[in-house]
Amino acid sequence: MNDQTMTPEERAANLKGMGCARKRVEDVRFTQGKGNYVDDIKLDGMLFGAFVRSPYAHARVVSVNKDAALAVPGVVAVLTAEDLAPLGLHWMPTLAGDKQMVLADGKVLFQGQEVAYVVAENRYIAADAAELVDVEYEELPVLTDPFEALKSDVVLREDLAGQTEGAHGPRKHHNHIFTWEQGDKDATEAVLGEADVVAEEMVYYHRTHPCPLETCGCVASMDKVTGKLTLYGTFQAPHAIRTVVSLISGLAEHNIRVISPDIGGGFGNKVGAYAGYVCSVVASIVTGQPVKWVENRMENLMSTAFARDYWMRGKIAATKAGKITGLWCHTTADHGGFDACADPTKFPAGFMNICTGSYDIPVAYLAVDGVYTNKAPGGVAYRCSFRVTEAAYFIERMIEVLAIKLNMDAAELRRINFIKAEQFPYQSALGWEYDSGDYHTAWDKALKAVDYEGLRAEQAQRIEDFKAGKTRKLLGIGLTHFTEIVGAGPVKNCDILGLGMFDSCEIRIHPTGSAIARLGTISQGQGHATTFAQIIASEIGLPADDITLEEGDTDTAPYGLGTYGSRSTPVAGAATAMAARKIRPKAQMIAAYLLEVHDNDVEWDVDRFAVKGAPERFKTMKEIAFAAYNQAIPGLEPGLEAVSYYDPPNMTYPFGAYICVMEIDVDTGEWEVRQFYALDDCGTRINPMIIEGQVHGGVTEALAIAMGQEIAYDEMGNVKTGTLMDFFIPTAWETPNYTTDHTVTPSPHHPIGAKGVGESPNVGGVPAFSNAVHDAFRPFGLVQSHMPHDHWRIWKIANGLGMHG
Amino acid sequence: MIPAGFEYHRPGDIASAIGILQEHGDEARVIAGGHSLIPMMKLRMAEMGHLVDLQAIDELKGIEVGSDTVTLGAMVTQHELITHDGLATAIPLIREAALQIADPQVRYMGTVGGNVANGDPGNDMPGLMQCLNASFELSGPDGKRSVAARDFYEAAYFTAREDEEILTRISIPVPGADVGQAYEKQKRKIGDYATAAAAVMVGNGTASVAMTNLADTPIWSEEAGAWLAGGNVDGCVAAMLDAIDPVADNRGPVEFKKHVAAVVLRRAIDRAQSRAG
Repeated sequence: MNDQTMTPEERAANLKGMGCARKRVEDVRFTQGKGNYVDDIKLDGMLFGAFVRSPYAHARVVSVNKDAALAVPGVVAVLTAEDLAPLGLHWMPTLAGDKQMVLADGKVLFQGQEVAYVVAENRYIAADAAELVDVEYEELPVLTDPFEALKSDVVLREDLAGQTEGAHGPRKHHNHIFTWEQGDKDATEAVLGEADVVAEEMVYYHRTHPCPLETCGCVASMDKVTGKLTLYGTFQAPHAIRTVVSLISGLAEHNIRVISPDIGGGFGNKVGAYAGYVCSVVASIVTGQPVKWVENRMENLMSTAFARDYWMRGKIAATKAGKITGLWCHTTADHGGFDACADPTKFPAGFMNICTGSYDIPVAYLAVDGVYTNKAPGGVAYRCSFRVTEAAYFIERMIEVLAIKLNMDAAELRRINFIKAEQFPYQSALGWEYDSGDYHTAWDKALKAVDYEGLRAEQAQRIEDFKAGKTRKLLGIGLTHFTEIVGAGPVKNCDILGLGMFDSCEIRIHPTGSAIARLGTISQGQGHATTFAQIIASEIGLPADDITLEEGDTDTAPYGLGTYGSRSTPVAGAATAMAARKIRPKAQMIAAYLLEVHDNDVEWDVDRFAVKGAPERFKTMKEIAFAAYNQAIPGLEPGLEAVSYYDPPNMTYPFGAYICVMEIDVDTGEWEVRQFYALDDCGTRINPMIIEGQVHGGVTEALAIAMGQEIAYDEMGNVKTGTLMDFFIPTAWETPNYTTDHTVTPSPHHPIGAKGVGESPNVGGVPAFSNAVHDAFRPFGLVQSHMPHDHWRIWKIANGLGMHG
Repeated sequence: MIPAGFEYHRPGDIASAIGILQEHGDEARVIAGGHSLIPMMKLRMAEMGHLVDLQAIDELKGIEVGSDTVTLGAMVTQHELITHDGLATAIPLIREAALQIADPQVRYMGTVGGNVANGDPGNDMPGLMQCLNASFELSGPDGKRSVAARDFYEAAYFTAREDEEILTRISIPVPGADVGQAYEKQKRKIGDYATAAAAVMVGNGTASVAMTNLADTPIWSEEAGAWLAGGNVDGCVAAMLDAIDPVADNRGPVEFKKHVAAVVLRRAIDRAQSRAG
């Protein structure tokens, strides 16, 4: 077959464009151990940095003696806050409008806080010398409970003494950070006061950690001859890091090159700026040599950004028939020692105000109080858009609690409250405009797929058997219908440190008809090189296999805000489609010139422009590309390229229906996921195989969080879960089989209708697992029990319900 | 996660290894599979000047299955325990337990000698060896001596082994063919230590019961065994609950562990009884 005889469908298939389950091009190097991560980077004369960290959660730093460390052969420098202060770098701004110590300035506020930074010829010497830095501490009272912190006389942030106004409004107490209010308080409270039924519950989403396979790290290399700083690092937002480094170091932005090489997972952990980056840059500037810093696993779990830690008190009002009439939520948010949440500037609690979920709730009110405690700072979106997991967990628990109060089936309660397909675009009571959705269709498909009626019948029989002493295992059916809000976001209301949250793509077509595309995002395993090439393939008719993707080098890539919050496809994916569409008009003119017809007499046909009415007369994109470089076409510049900076008009709202069937042993607390069904609607599907992989990974992380993963502290502020022995990462053994399914409701405002999917499974998965545990015990009187549902906590539920005789 | 510096020794025979231990005293430690010691060294909770690697010593290898006795060289790996068919026929309990230790990668390196000699109450093999009434051969400057597994453990990480001795072989009497055996372990995930684990042998009017990670040593209870030998499961469980002394940790509080210990023990007993002749 050749270009003449192939059908349009065959030609489209050859492009491996959108909809194709194309294999990931990245995996050739990853599966052969040929990836290039930060710790693989080796530069001549490279030094190594290591931190001295605080063993105390709250203490005054009386003195730091570095003499013994400096005496170790091979030690080049030991930095403390005193050394950074003249440069103004002993503190750094956080993404949340607060500031954070780079190295302990007089006191420490969490266990694992950075106190001194040792620079040595190799990492072994650095580790030995770090042991010899002699720090004298004076212990202070520790606050690990945010409710206690708001009552305590103990002042955690002495640097803020007397400041009653924070970055997000008034501070009510010396350990209070902000209050963020959304919705109509008076109207909501009026509805609660008059409602037939009000269900009230405290829902705690515990503190956990993204724990990417690769920890955080960087290599800073200051070239004193050129005055140029190159900073390699595990950055989810390399361009923003460049701007931040420029602003806080005083180096001109054009003299800074930030490179994110291959990244071994981010999940939000690699969005923020860490002390290690600042200290490495300073050390390289001081020594004139490259300096590498890579955290170990314990440092990663103890000191870099955590996730969640939201205490959400909810009230939900409904009629006797189950129609929800109002929702009220007050959240106490534990931010740790510094407010280093990674959220758009105007959203100190992220998009927590998506907490009305998939339901048509006429009136709602949300207030969030941020609080300082003696825990690590952070509060990142761990495989979710900003605080959306918290919001989804809250509403999906409140629905279950309301179902108990109404003595109603929770599937039916959801169905009668879903926003209807014809209500989109839907204006939510807390201020969002949902772009599109068809929740009833997805819900009915999911219930049918798992034979929901059959499962309930089996569960009823199981309860009988249990009561008759025939079994000690319960059956839980965990339901979730979630709505995400991703793709931050419109520059008019979304920025980070004043940088609008647009994103970008630049496409350059080479003479032979292959291409390179550069984006402002950075893949950490998402498969951008695979999927974005597919968008371009479908848009401009060049095979995806002939398109190279490049991200992460700020000297070559167009400016963008990076990859987190499922924003790459909604924002950079849109920029990619728009850049491709900018190339088409010029290609059309070239084709018309070559075919000797008027521009308007050719039309697009999969991979070519053909003369209208004479499809046998055409020029393929490959031919057009060559002509762009070798023909002197009147009125046209040579070359074929375009760049697009895309400012999305709205967020996208992916949704899904997840159902988990779980067996629970009431005597040991052991659980087994018998079935997990995940229906995702992420709008237009670019690569079904990658979507499936994302869902598998995201549900597995959700399983971890719901069933055991936590960052736990004792009352002294010691981290109790600082290694992977105690911090739960599921292996293949603990990971169940998943059934994936989908509906397709395209986003009306996105150029290709795509909504993003990477984080949906974590948003929907956690409530599905947790609801399964709750559902198993519902017939025995359980209303609410906090995650993580590890063996002993499940056992405690059973024990509390008198099930151990 | 970077250990302090140390000298590395790799002797080729037991006598040389003991010589190194004599020379450096408590500055030296032997290393077998390293899966307990190396993490401790990386955390700098274990620091020693001299590390004596036993892997080049052929005398410490090999599984011998006799009609009355099985002998295991201290450097036999968990993987070798699992894949040795003769051993699985003679004492199936060992394979059943070894399969519940860590994961395949760890089992390729982890050794039975290291597991029993380290004295970590979380390790599975010490309780198993007490259940089986194994004895440990200790080689030192004054020659060899034998200590029963049931007398070996004194407290967490403290055993009857002297600093200059090496645990070299393990001898296990082969239980009768009609003795049912079972190893039951509850853990949070693959690679975790037991929340509670039980090794049970029962049959022929005899019984032996030991439990793991429920005290600072493995717990073998003569009384529990006697109750079980007499067919009284409740008595056995009650005696064992009396003998254990769990502490609260991330796996749960004492109350939970005691409850689970009883459940795990009953399940092990059920399975062992169903396998008895």
